[in-house]
Amino acid sequence: MSVTLEGDGRLAGGLVLPTRKAESAAQPIGIAPLPSRLIYPLAADAGGDVEPAVAVGDEVLGDQPLMRAREGRPLLAHAASSGTVTAIEPRPVAGGEALCIVIEVDGRDERLACTPPDIERLRDHGALTDTLAAAGLAGLGGAGFATGTKLAEARRRGLRALLINAAECEPYLSCDDRLLRERAPAVVAGTLAMLALTDCPAGVFVLEADKSEALAALEAAIAQCAQATALSIVTVPTVYPSGGERQLITLVTGEQVPATGYPPDIGYLCHNVGTTAALAAFLETGRPLTRRIVTVTGGGITRPRNLEVRLGTPLADLVAACGGYRDGVARLIVGGAMTGRAVATDEIPVTRGTHGVIAATAAELGDRGTPAPCIRCGECAEACPAGLAPQLLHAQTLRQDPGGFEGLGLFACIECGCCDLVCPSHLPLTEQFRVAKREVWLAEMERERARLAEARHAARERRLVRRLAEREAALERRRQAARDPAVSSAAIAEILRRARGGNDDVGGGA
Amino acid sequence: MKFETAPAPHLPVRAGVSRLMRRVLWALVPAGVAHLWFFGPGLAFNLAVAVGTALAAEALMLHLRGRPVRAGLADGSAVLAAVLLAFALPPLTPWWITATGSAFAMVVAKHLYGGLGYNVFNPAMAGYAVVLVSFPGSLALWSVAAPGGLAPPPLDLGQTLAFTLTGRLPAQVGFDAITQATPLDAMRSGLGQLQTLSEIRAEAPFGGPGEQAWLWINGLVAAGGLWLLWTRSIRWHIPVAMLGTLALLSAIAAGMDGDRFPGPFVQLFSGAALIGAFFIATDPVSAATTRLGRLIYGCGIGALTFAIRSWGGYPDGVAFAVLLMNLAVPLLDRHTRPRPFGT
Repeated sequence: MSVTLEGDGRLAGGLVLPTRKAESAAQPIGIAPLPSRLIYPLAADAGGDVEPAVAVGDEVLGDQPLMRAREGRPLLAHAASSGTVTAIEPRPVAGGEALCIVIEVDGRDERLACTPPDIERLRDHGALTDTLAAAGLAGLGGAGFATGTKLAEARRRGLRALLINAAECEPYLSCDDRLLRERAPAVVAGTLAMLALTDCPAGVFVLEADKSEALAALEAAIAQCAQATALSIVTVPTVYPSGGERQLITLVTGEQVPATGYPPDIGYLCHNVGTTAALAAFLETGRPLTRRIVTVTGGGITRPRNLEVRLGTPLADLVAACGGYRDGVARLIVGGAMTGRAVATDEIPVTRGTHGVIAATAAELGDRGTPAPCIRCGECAEACPAGLAPQLLHAQTLRQDPGGFEGLGLFACIECGCCDLVCPSHLPLTEQFRVAKREVWLAEMERERARLAEARHAARERRLVRRLAEREAALERRRQAARDPAVSSAAIAEILRRARGGNDDVGGGA
Repeated sequence: MKFETAPAPHLPVRAGVSRLMRRVLWALVPAGVAHLWFFGPGLAFNLAVAVGTALAAEALMLHLRGRPVRAGLADGSAVLAAVLLAFALPPLTPWWITATGSAFAMVVAKHLYGGLGYNVFNPAMAGYAVVLVSFPGSLALWSVAAPGGLAPPPLDLGQTLAFTLTGRLPAQVGFDAITQATPLDAMRSGLGQLQTLSEIRAEAPFGGPGEQAWLWINGLVAAGGLWLLWTRSIRWHIPVAMLGTLALLSAIAAGMDGDRFPGPFVQLFSGAALIGAFFIATDPVSAATTRLGRLIYGCGIGALTFAIRSWGGYPDGVAFAVLLMNLAVPLLDRHTRPRPFGT
């Protein structure tokens, strides 16, 4: 059985961007040197929350879990090398501050002994989710969703095809490209493992059309594997954001993922190509995810390249491993140029989702200009890959009414940034939509809280009425008892005593 | 090391509003040159008065509203509105008429409605409509076409300037000598006298420079408009919908009654249809903003232009058609929202 590919290979909207990949893509993947300290943020994710499993002063080994679940099945982080826990403190991370475990590396780089997981046991839904979350396996494409949860859920729903996303459509990034060029067999092995784990008949690799070397390497690796018939390759145009999950699925299959749903709703699952290699490594060795490939590039980096990096390594160490900064670095970006975060300091650690570190000069960033009023030119709508009218969304953001976004598709916005680049009024549209989503969400929460409070209030009212009725009933029983001539005089005396005592329960009725 | 923070995306943005406005102005230059060649220097004076007044009014309003004056003037929107107004006015227009239209466009149509980005009505057309109904006599007089550059007979450069400043002609020259009906005027008055179109088209201005002038100017307007499309300064939806509707309706009408209704070519290349389609109706602020909305908006302008030209009180109808469709824009925006991906 093979998947039918009916996408027309064209993206509605999107932009042809400067790729700026050549510098980093030309160099082989280097191994980043062991840093002097490793930093691990304690981050809650969709699966649950974590707490430290180590204390300050503890000695840890490589691959040792540093966290345990406080609730749910969160992704756990593991020490990428041996050393001593020197602090558990709030530190800067991309996008703010978080409680972090800091390890002073001892340089011996000792690791725990690990055994490969029992593949048969992973047939179980819960075991698959638990095992992969405990190994810290998450999507390496940026969003960082738990791999085990995705696979288990997709297996339960049933898949038509697994799409392996190697489009890498964001400018500057080349880690997926280099991974395919150098380690295509691991990617193929991981993909076949995913097909087996999800009972999925077909795996489709999706690459942008300009990655000919990666394509050749992948074709060679597929040709050498036993189940080559289950695998195929599709190229998509070099248009941003062809690698956005929903865009990718439409490009390849011609079908649209429901705006409020997920790819398994229509029988597809998308995984980043780096994730497949990470899964292959885990299934082979049993070692948790402690390393990833990061593109370190930009006009402000002396020797741009891709590095295999231990998670937890501060960005400063990565930059140093690439020859340090050049003059004129204006912005340090974690992630891609279109969706990444500009961070204030390079003391931030690499996490699973860090696919790129870009030190951009002012010339690369261009002059953002001063925002002017929207002239409704509609260029944003032409560029929007989510089929939205950003100019109407923008007008709604100015009205300060979170309820008014109904029908405008705010939550279909994938925050790709295309509208910002084409806006002649230089409005920060994507950021406005991010804020608007948060406000709509908060308003929703507020409504939900109000609804709960109202429900509690109504329940209390009912309870009070019920109690009153019960008291009345009890009183009536006592009255009946008092009228009963068979009741002993002691009981009557007792009732009279309580009545004289002014007890409300009896009132003046006696 | 410390770095600046800013929201994504982190790439250079496209050129701003002022370049868009400059491009639209450049696209009008060939038509402007043809205008000067055929109708004399009047347009130059109108341009000077309209642009000067618009900049002054814009600066005043920005100042009164506490907005940055320099940035507001630099975006080019005031200049463009004034230039479009000047193109709409007859070459011989006294300065106070031009200034009234230009000031109304900026003060009332633009800034009292919230300034750039918020104005409901196309400022140039609002200004034109006001002077058209306020000074109907002056606006009905269009110069006789006399190809030959900046100082064709009957009025030379100085006399044109004197008329612009005073509204008075030299003693020995009468209005009849310097004005001539435009093709649309001629058809309208001829049809009013129960002439057939073939009879009307046998007389001036048809067959002479009065017809050629409009063909040249409108041809160059169309060329400028196509260049704007080519450079993606405007999108195709409004011009195609407007011109297509006008052409279709006039083809049907001409097919049914060729003596009373001119065909598509005459409709498109006379009067303001082309400048309206490429330069006026495409004003993004006052136009519908979704693709489907723009198609409907353009169709509406084309249909109203046809209706006003055929049965209305004015020889041309583009200005009123645009203003009427401006009114429909909030409704169009609301009911033509695109379908979000995955819904």
